[in-house]
Amino acid sequence: MQETKYWTWHMISGVIILILLGIHMITNHLSSLLGWFNPLGGESTEWGNLIERGKLMAYVIMYVLLLATVLYHGFYGCRKIIFELGISYRYKKVTNILFIIFGVFLFIIGCLATFTFYIIANAAL
Amino acid sequence: METDQAGVLREKEMGSGKKYPNTLGLWGWIGGGRWGLERYLYILHRITGIGIFIYFILHVFVTFSRVYGKEVWESWMGFLHAPYFAAGEFMVFAAFSFHAFNGIRLVLIELGFAVGKAEEPIYPYTSSISKQRPVMIIAMIITAILVAAGGVDFLGLMN
Repeated sequence: MQETKYWTWHMISGVIILILLGIHMITNHLSSLLGWFNPLGGESTEWGNLIERGKLMAYVIMYVLLLATVLYHGFYGCRKIIFELGISYRYKKVTNILFIIFGVFLFIIGCLATFTFYIIANAAL
Repeated sequence: METDQAGVLREKEMGSGKKYPNTLGLWGWIGGGRWGLERYLYILHRITGIGIFIYFILHVFVTFSRVYGKEVWESWMGFLHAPYFAAGEFMVFAAFSFHAFNGIRLVLIELGFAVGKAEEPIYPYTSSISKQRPVMIIAMIITAILVAAGGVDFLGLMN
């Protein structure tokens, strides 16, 4: 039952990622075609565009949500692949613990970067 | 009798924490038998998933660098704008496009859409694969369009 719940969340997170990462990909990889979400024009990774996007709370929320969903979706997917290789219960437990620790660490790093940059971007106004 | 012995052996192996019998492991991904096209998409789904996730972890650390200011960020971007990194980013975009739309196809099938109605198993048996195929074709057409658009963007950046 617990595994079914994890699997359902894996599917739900996949749909959320499609929307949020879709926006991220449009911003960064279709910028010369569409130019969306790049108010200053030019490349999406230019500092000015970064500041313009980074000062919006909507972007902060989007990135935190994207971070959380990708980490869950990715670590669950890797866990499923590893478990399918037929490892013992003990190694399954170790895998779970390591993935949770690494996932939480990456979430903290990502959130720290997003919120710190929100403060930097708004101070640059 | 032979079946019983196999059953006992299987239970012993499972209880001992050894590899489960009948598990093909990593080989089972690519070399399990005569499979249809959808099965190869499943392999590609896993490979692209792993690739995207490795990139994502590195991406978290790279994007953290903007916290140190404009100079640090721009030096990173200068480094990552080298043609081979740009080509790598395009490959990640292509992998994302495939993984996303193949994933939507898998969710639809998992939830019972586009697999046809249940039928009496009367010979000659029909496979639900043929009923699923249009969804696969649509998903791959969308993927191809996105990859082409990403390719135009990538070539635009290169020029």
